[in-house]
Amino acid sequence: MSKLKLATVWLDGCSGCHMSFLDMDERLLELAKLVDLVYSPLVDTKEFPDQVDIALVEGAVSSVDDEKKIKKVRDHSKMLVAMGDCAITGNVSSMRNPIGPEAILNRAYIQNASAQRQIPCVVVPRLLKIVRPIHEFVKVDVFLPGCPPSADTFHTALMALVNGGPLDIPALTRFGA
Amino acid sequence: MSTETDVKTLVIDEHEVSARAGQTLLEVAKENEINIPTLCHLDGLSDVGACRLCLVEIKGSNKLLPACVATVQEGMEVSTNTERLQKHRRTILELLFAERNHICSVCVANGHCELQTLGQEQGLTHVRLPYRNPELSVDASHERFTLDHNRCILCTRCVRVCSEIEGAHVWDVMGRGIDSMIISDLHEEWGKSTCTRCGKCVQVCPTGALFDKSKVGSDHPKYPDFLPYLNLMREAQ
Repeated sequence: MSKLKLATVWLDGCSGCHMSFLDMDERLLELAKLVDLVYSPLVDTKEFPDQVDIALVEGAVSSVDDEKKIKKVRDHSKMLVAMGDCAITGNVSSMRNPIGPEAILNRAYIQNASAQRQIPCVVVPRLLKIVRPIHEFVKVDVFLPGCPPSADTFHTALMALVNGGPLDIPALTRFGA
Repeated sequence: MSTETDVKTLVIDEHEVSARAGQTLLEVAKENEINIPTLCHLDGLSDVGACRLCLVEIKGSNKLLPACVATVQEGMEVSTNTERLQKHRRTILELLFAERNHICSVCVANGHCELQTLGQEQGLTHVRLPYRNPELSVDASHERFTLDHNRCILCTRCVRVCSEIEGAHVWDVMGRGIDSMIISDLHEEWGKSTCTRCGKCVQVCPTGALFDKSKVGSDHPKYPDFLPYLNLMREAQ
């Protein structure tokens, strides 16, 4: 059997989920026997591949760029896993929602800046008005909550997903875990 | 006191049980080690049926009844954990999560929160409803405690403990429906209110809405177990 193609994607999150993924340590070698990591912030591929079996997505949808990415990921992935609380609830990324992007940008780039006071308008993507979980944009197949999900949670869940075994997620993790 | 007791027999989840007249379904279920999830109920306080998590099915009735306030009737057949009830309970929890800003990962009650625990127990892995993201205030005017409306689920445990146990009735509910808010006195700052600083409301709060200022991170277990004991000692006097 050929190896499954695994991708990991980083939207508006702190990268903590990816760090926790790496915390699987030597178990990553076990995983590497079963999957090929074809796209990830951890590897050098620039374009999301045409066909991916499992895509793990960290982070909420906060910008027009995130929105474009998540739709592309969905179109090219057989199974989409929402990885961690930001992807699932908005979590810390969504704490700006009651305040709005204008006030946040103003605070960061004008009020608190000592030089070059200006709100960036080129290169960086435009922020959406509201940060939202990824399942509000695309269909999500598996929800893996936690901030971040622990390395053990990753290991148990990924092994079950790769091998097609049973997976009881609420027994493993919860919001904020 | 008469030794005669009016005994009712009923069936809960296919177990035949007996109860004293006037007992609630929740009490009887607990006595028989049948778990019904609750959130606004707390042993030692009056029941208000606010959260609707303890809804149960009664054979022959279309209506779902909150077990915390429904009293036993002779011959009742009660189901506490049907698929329909599980579905409703999950939806109630999703509504609570979506209504205000519950950011578990940065909440002082993370790991000690009844809402979070119930979500996990009821198999909640995500919220299907759009989050409301309301702009809500935090009252940190009290020297010892803080009220964070972002985490409040309006269970009114604080209102009841302050009124029924402490006898101060500092807390109350202002507004209606989705605009309801917990207020101290007549909407004064908590720090300027008639609060006795006893801290009972903080201990009974199921989430991180009321917390002790000396607690940081997610290190804030709550200890509401004193209530039945306190009531017992007062009755004995």
